Amino acid sequence: MNVPVCFRQLKPQRVMGCGVGKSRPQQEKCDKVSISVPAATAIRAALLIQRWYRQYVARLEMRRRCTWNIFQSIEYAGEQNQIKLYNFFGFLMDHFTPASSERNLISHIFRENEVCHETEWERYFCYKGVEVPDSYSGPHLTFPMTFCGVSKLMEALKQKQQLHARYVLQILGETWRLLRFLPNINHVSVCQTKEITICGDLHGQLEDLLLIFYKNGLPSCEKPYVFNGDFVDRGKNSLEILLILFGFLLVYPHDVHLNRGNHEDHIVNLRYGFTKEVLGKYRVHGKKILKLLQKIFSWLPVATVINHKVLVVHGGISNSTNLNVLTRMDRHRYVSVLRPPKMIHGSSSRNGDAGGPVEGRRRVRSLTNHSFASTQRSVSPRRSLHNLSVNNDVSGSVEDELRKRHRLAGLDPAYRDTKTAEPDSEPRFGEGTGRHGHEWKQIVDLLWSDPMPQNGCIPNEVRGGGCYWGPDVTEEVLGRHNLQLLIRSHECKQDGYEFCHNRRVLTIFSASNYYEVGSNRGAYIRMGPDLVPHCIQYQASRTCRELTLRQSVRWTERSALQALKEQLFVHKSDLISAFKEFDPNKTGMISLRHWAVATESVLKLGLPWRMLRPQLISRTQYGMVNYQQWIRELSITEPKLQVSDTSIMDTMYKNHSNLETIFRMIDTDHSGLISFEEFHQTWKLLSSHLKMEISDKAIADLAQSMDFNKDGSIDINEFMEAFRLVDLSTHS
Amino acid sequence: MADNNQSAEAQSDIHKKIRSAFKTFDFLSNNTVEACEINSVIYSLGCFPTQADLHAFISEVGEDNSGFIELDKFLPAMTKILLEHRFPPIPEERLLQAFEVLDKEKKGYLEPEELRKYMTEEGEPFTQEEMEEMLTALVDNKQKCVLYKEVIGQLVIDPDT
Repeated sequence: MNVPVCFRQLKPQRVMGCGVGKSRPQQEKCDKVSISVPAATAIRAALLIQRWYRQYVARLEMRRRCTWNIFQSIEYAGEQNQIKLYNFFGFLMDHFTPASSERNLISHIFRENEVCHETEWERYFCYKGVEVPDSYSGPHLTFPMTFCGVSKLMEALKQKQQLHARYVLQILGETWRLLRFLPNINHVSVCQTKEITICGDLHGQLEDLLLIFYKNGLPSCEKPYVFNGDFVDRGKNSLEILLILFGFLLVYPHDVHLNRGNHEDHIVNLRYGFTKEVLGKYRVHGKKILKLLQKIFSWLPVATVINHKVLVVHGGISNSTNLNVLTRMDRHRYVSVLRPPKMIHGSSSRNGDAGGPVEGRRRVRSLTNHSFASTQRSVSPRRSLHNLSVNNDVSGSVEDELRKRHRLAGLDPAYRDTKTAEPDSEPRFGEGTGRHGHEWKQIVDLLWSDPMPQNGCIPNEVRGGGCYWGPDVTEEVLGRHNLQLLIRSHECKQDGYEFCHNRRVLTIFSASNYYEVGSNRGAYIRMGPDLVPHCIQYQASRTCRELTLRQSVRWTERSALQALKEQLFVHKSDLISAFKEFDPNKTGMISLRHWAVATESVLKLGLPWRMLRPQLISRTQYGMVNYQQWIRELSITEPKLQVSDTSIMDTMYKNHSNLETIFRMIDTDHSGLISFEEFHQTWKLLSSHLKMEISDKAIADLAQSMDFNKDGSIDINEFMEAFRLVDLSTHS
Repeated sequence: MADNNQSAEAQSDIHKKIRSAFKTFDFLSNNTVEACEINSVIYSLGCFPTQADLHAFISEVGEDNSGFIELDKFLPAMTKILLEHRFPPIPEERLLQAFEVLDKEKKGYLEPEELRKYMTEEGEPFTQEEMEEMLTALVDNKQKCVLYKEVIGQLVIDPDT
């Protein structure tokens, strides 16, 4: 094929967003190019090579982006699932009749934490009763904390020693006490020669924190730091990170600033590993430690403002963000940001102080109001169930109303196909009404939102909470508060940082290799009084820095594909059903086009299946794929135990994380064990949520087979382990 | 008639390819992609345009200057490009010839500095960043030079079929 290579004139080329080097006059070059090669030919050759190479790089970038999208969509789908599950529980709480036994289970989970005064808490959390045995070889802490003390602690944790529970409780206790004195918004000033350092998500990756300290220096009066949330979950050293950060906070309370992230939330921790980490490391005192952490998380400030000009928050903003509202609220009432604020006085909603039943705990978000300004569907006002039980005037009509709602929620099998109980009608957290609802939305938006390129402000359906906000909202909110820059985290970025919205928003992410070795760099920001941010990048493991472009893409790609294959596997029966719909003649084959359509309809990840096809399907015949064989070839192991009812197995796989979350919620004393009865109720709840039938017999069978110790209770970890997906084809 | 069917099918096939590639950068799934990302889309469809070609194409489809390219403008324009094979791939022989042209002394390899000089000063020059990336990828670790004959063979990416 004849390729015409045209001679292009040399003039400054600007392709939007992609820098092109400066041009130089042609004459200079002639001098440098040797006489044996005519200038024009050399230039043509160079052009060809540039063209070829840019194409190659772009193709790699495309693959890298695809891989990224895979990881990210699986991650966000998981978050969304959890929120849906949690919303569902909240929904149930409002609609159960008092007599229901399921209600007991759920209220068990949502149990208002006790009507305690702070002094009683102090007693409960007291470390003094915890003895440190002579055999303990870990670090000993003395209080008040000193710089030496924290350094020694850090050193010990680096050596993989474990801090004794007594000291953990002590350091957490001190932290709790200190945080109570802090305002909702940290106001920091950077002046003269000082520079401030801002770090993003760490997610339990201790190596990254240590690397930052190594490159940048430890926190001190001369070296202030802001840590912008998400210290915990996913990585395996969440607790160690907290201990170090809290240690420095105690030593330098005016120079170390912590912002709450969406993962500083005990509900989220149930799913994403922090709860498990703590209970695993501290079998005796883990429960107490977790409780104390709950308090600490709720007392973390929600934002930091530097020199009145730079706003630092974990997630972002929305068009209704109002720093005055945020300054005034009682932030500690949001124990979990997924739940409405808890009552300060008393657990029942007999709220004298809080302004009547309208503001009561159960008056959560309005069922169908998706914007708190308007009502889209007519809904009768919510009633507090407590009020009803007290009120002797319970008329038949009210009970009927309740029963109707119970049915509408899909909980009564006779009315299971009532359409109103759609997933969409489940209330989303953070969208409340009334003063508390408004405040609640403010804090959710701050911790969960993401920026988008387009103008406007829309609900963040992908994560399930917060907003997507556009450049116009950035301008408006920054302008309104007289600010010049918004620094946030919350999203993993390949280079560790990314500007957007005309460089008015800067995302900083400090967990390198977040999705996989080589997936991304981490970064932190240094900023002086001129408030110009400088981003410094790093990557935790030495090996991946030396990988070439091609190698690192391949590596992450393989991992992403593995994650995707797992998703495909857990949905295999739905996939087969969807494929069969395109195969009415039962040939066992479908076209690639139908494969893509069917797969997206089941997984709903919004991925470009057609592009991924070559890496997911190894064999096709004339553009058709044998779908049964393909599923088998995904090569994921079968579970260790066999249960007669295969549909329950499928549900298990698909709802792996949900189940674990529910189990851990039920296990309120954090013993790691649940009873058969609780197990049964869990499944009943799950089947309500999924709107499907699961027979009592199937559940009983499963329970029997799960009772590994034959002692009448089920060990959560063993249960989950039995269903862990293991790839058989690890040596591909 | 058969021809019509074939070309209709070919076109529909091309549309799907374009949509798929577009989708990867379509952040909010609302059929727009930022203009600065569209190059990657175009390249990934197997095209080898110059920077000037890209610039011209973008002005054509992103006329409203919003910084975003809409799918409904992109699709027909890109389809035309693909059907016309307007920016066809560079055959290996031509690439080899190009390297040989730059290898004035006919050594069989290029010194990194030689390559750098050409890439950053001639044609549509590379930025520093682009240059560093190219050197990382192309320079042989042991011999510290660009063994272009080998490199051309290694750096071929299979187009998605």
